[in-house]
Amino acid sequence: MFISYLLSGVSLGAIYALIALGYTMVYGIAKMLNFAHGDVIMVGGYVAFTLSVTLGGSAWVAIIGSIVFCTLVGIVIEKVAYKPLRSASKLAVLITAIGVSYFLQNLALLIFGSNSRNFQSLVSIPVISIGQATVPGETIVTIGVSILIVIGLMLFINKSKSGAAMLAVSEDRGAAELMGINVNKTISLTFAIGSGLAAIAGILMCSQYPMIGPYTGQMPGIKAFIAAVFGGIGSIPGAMIGGVVIGIIENLSKAYISSQLSDAITFVILILTLVIKPTGLFGKKLKEKV
Amino acid sequence: MKNKKTDVSAGVLKTIGFKSTAGNKIITILIPILFFGICQMLVSYGVLGSLFEGLLVPLCFYIIMAVSLNLTVGILGELSLGHAGFMCVGAYVGGIFSFITQETITSPWIRFPLAILIGGLAAAIFGLLIGIPILRLSGDYLAIVTLAFGEIVKNIMQNIYLAKDINGLHFSFATAIDPAKLDMATKVDILKGPMALKGVPRDANLIVALVLVVITLIVILNLIDSRTGRAIMSIRDNRIAAESSGINITKYKLIVFGLSAFFAGVAGVLASHYNMVTEAKKFDYNTSILILVFVVLGGLGKMRGTIIATILLYALPELLRGLQSYRMLVYAIVLIVMMIVNNNPWFIEQRKRLKAFLFKNKKAEMEEN
Repeated sequence: MFISYLLSGVSLGAIYALIALGYTMVYGIAKMLNFAHGDVIMVGGYVAFTLSVTLGGSAWVAIIGSIVFCTLVGIVIEKVAYKPLRSASKLAVLITAIGVSYFLQNLALLIFGSNSRNFQSLVSIPVISIGQATVPGETIVTIGVSILIVIGLMLFINKSKSGAAMLAVSEDRGAAELMGINVNKTISLTFAIGSGLAAIAGILMCSQYPMIGPYTGQMPGIKAFIAAVFGGIGSIPGAMIGGVVIGIIENLSKAYISSQLSDAITFVILILTLVIKPTGLFGKKLKEKV
Repeated sequence: MKNKKTDVSAGVLKTIGFKSTAGNKIITILIPILFFGICQMLVSYGVLGSLFEGLLVPLCFYIIMAVSLNLTVGILGELSLGHAGFMCVGAYVGGIFSFITQETITSPWIRFPLAILIGGLAAAIFGLLIGIPILRLSGDYLAIVTLAFGEIVKNIMQNIYLAKDINGLHFSFATAIDPAKLDMATKVDILKGPMALKGVPRDANLIVALVLVVITLIVILNLIDSRTGRAIMSIRDNRIAAESSGINITKYKLIVFGLSAFFAGVAGVLASHYNMVTEAKKFDYNTSILILVFVVLGGLGKMRGTIIATILLYALPELLRGLQSYRMLVYAIVLIVMMIVNNNPWFIEQRKRLKAFLFKNKKAEMEEN
């Protein structure tokens, strides 16, 4: 039993990790907490749902359509809501982000109604049994996809030119601009990648827990943020490890302590992390300049 | 920028004839009194229906919530996303107190003020409790910690089991109370985990609620206008400068969080003594955001604006049921647009131009006269 709890924890954690990557990249580069990120997951889920169930498309059409749509949503959100506030106070940006999150939720509520819909899994891999434990195909796909994405993302950031531009902007936006890096384009790219990952996370999540509603993205979004903070915000391996740790803790506490208290336990971990080591596991220490 | 804004409003007030801040405060306090007075009159003459009457007390606790949240967000400049959590603490603690003592303290005139005090203090303690981690944090991290806190409170409240029998109170956390320990003949369940809190005496009415709104306003407006208030605002405007001028940031942050939590607790006590049912899940993140919307639209740091925004945004959509489904969507759009218009450099420039243009016209008119 323990093994299967652990594995489903890892797979939940892999989903959190994918979402956390978006948070951590946006936070590192645009220096803002994109509260609407969790709701992009929900958008991705709904698009895949519409394409596969309502319109009867194949799984691949649904997956690619959902990723493309979310990427565009991410870019539009950044251009419309966040770009005008580049120079504004953090409080203003944060409230705007909450507004965007609220907007996406209520738009989904108007279009799809408040009832949760049944999501048909887009993964067609049968259940595999390892010893006594049985592992659903979704779990294996989720873990595999997440590992591939993290490796790909690390390669992209460390080897490609756009990746180097991202690193430069996250380090010092002003200096990067002086070096001829197009900051607006880099930030847009970050939002695009983050939102595309959120779409994948949304599809994987809805395949594993086959329900989708307007608030589906809210809690996973917040938990993924906790994962990003736990791993150290701005760090990609940190987001991955943080996500997996939070996923395992959540699943084990659901199984062995109390299913109602598992959220509270995750939140306590966040508060403890911030009190004891605000920079997280892999975060860099920032010094405040006067 | 913020200073200029207050200059403008002070200037407007001066032209209307109010020079003192005392007059200013009285107007702010009179707005809810007049509003509720007129509403009550219209209800008693039958102009407004009973549906509207039922909205008045909830409106009072939303005003208290919004004004106290504005103290944190607008005056201290720290975003709190767990304000409903403090309300939840107040609602439960005050409600349980009244439930237990309703046979021993029969007069609601003694019981209710005590419940208010106990509920408010319990919430204030939670406010100070969350104050400890926040001292090291600010901005985004603080916002997410307050959010986490609100959810933790909600989760804890959903896991409390409390019952009363002839031997006293029985408490259990996360698991139901062992029936063997209870005296079944005299057992009364107060809280049963995720089930709602019921049977709290309905001590609150519009007069009491209005008195609480006025007390809240008097305390908060005077605080803002005092030395303490100026110290708090200086932390908002420039933390480092405030610190180097000898302002104790820890102390003032704790004051604000404690006080703001206290009043949220008071609003909670009011809610649990007015509503027949108190559910922990009602005090979630979305409620906190709704109150934040009232605060932002009313104006950060502007108590009068907050009151008006709360009245407009809470009462109107409840009356126009047809708009109900679009209401939240409209709120979201207004929230985004307000933030951009108030903070984007281009919009600020345009507004200045418009103001200069209007002002010039007025001047020209005055010269003509």
